[in-house]
Amino acid sequence: MSASPAVDGRAGETAVGETAVGETMTAMIGYDDVEVGTELPERLFPLRRADLVRYAGASGDFNPIHWSDRAAAEAGLPGVIAHGMLTMATAARLVTDWIGDPRALVEIGVKFSSPVVVPDDDEGATVSVRGVVEKKLDGNRVVVNLTTRCRGEKVLMASRATVRLP
Amino acid sequence: MPLNQDFVGRCFVAEVPFQVGREHIRKFARAVGDDNPLYHDVAAARAAGFADLVAPPTFLINAMPGTLGLPTDDPALGLDYTLVVHGEQRFQLHRPVVAGDELVTSSTLTSIRAVGRNELLVTTYQYETTGGEQVATGICTLVSRGTAAPRG
Repeated sequence: MSASPAVDGRAGETAVGETAVGETMTAMIGYDDVEVGTELPERLFPLRRADLVRYAGASGDFNPIHWSDRAAAEAGLPGVIAHGMLTMATAARLVTDWIGDPRALVEIGVKFSSPVVVPDDDEGATVSVRGVVEKKLDGNRVVVNLTTRCRGEKVLMASRATVRLP
Repeated sequence: MPLNQDFVGRCFVAEVPFQVGREHIRKFARAVGDDNPLYHDVAAARAAGFADLVAPPTFLINAMPGTLGLPTDDPALGLDYTLVVHGEQRFQLHRPVVAGDELVTSSTLTSIRAVGRNELLVTTYQYETTGGEQVATGICTLVSRGTAAPRG
């Protein structure tokens, strides 16, 4: 694990259009470049309540447990929780940024083991994601095991992505 | 109250295909905080060999009939959506979704089983284009919290 993982700004706070064209256009990692044990360095992804509202709008999942403290309490949850699919998208991003080319991702699967509670304050929650190459398969396929945590707890389990590398 | 087992085995398909649009891809990519130019910049996507903007992998969750592939608004199913949390999700992608795709998603509720006080609903998805091209498959487990019948 790296000592000071990179922290990602949310897209809403960064100038998306200014990203260098071509930066992630081709897969930069090849099958021969990785071994079992190759690490995908940890990155931190902040999630605030506004990010949950934005995700609700973009995905159409308006379950109030993802934005209303009252609904979350009535449902017996410890607080408003992030959409599982938002956490999954965050974990997937570690892989798609690593391989550069989204065509290379052939499978991703996760179990949601613990909710990501996102309080309505300036801090929100921080999700950390790191990965390690677990297997090399035929057909230039590689299985990456992802570890995704929030407040020290694993929020995803059995979290794996299979990528086909050049 | 336990969910209605009569729904097991049923397949749900939206009445109209899901039209994948550029602005939805951009909005979704922004919502997951992903500034990959393939998701935002048509020229970058074309230069990389795609027909149009590429959708992030979990964008597939949008192209679903009903809510997460289930008729959550059908009282006969008996699902209280505020009691639902996501248990497990998996996608197998044959190719990335791109803007302009018209997706027909069929969602099949394959099982409802009680685990302790909760009920687990397992749904499988098949995504294909209106032209019949297989794009992806998926499997989802939803947890309906506290709705299992009491033991005894």
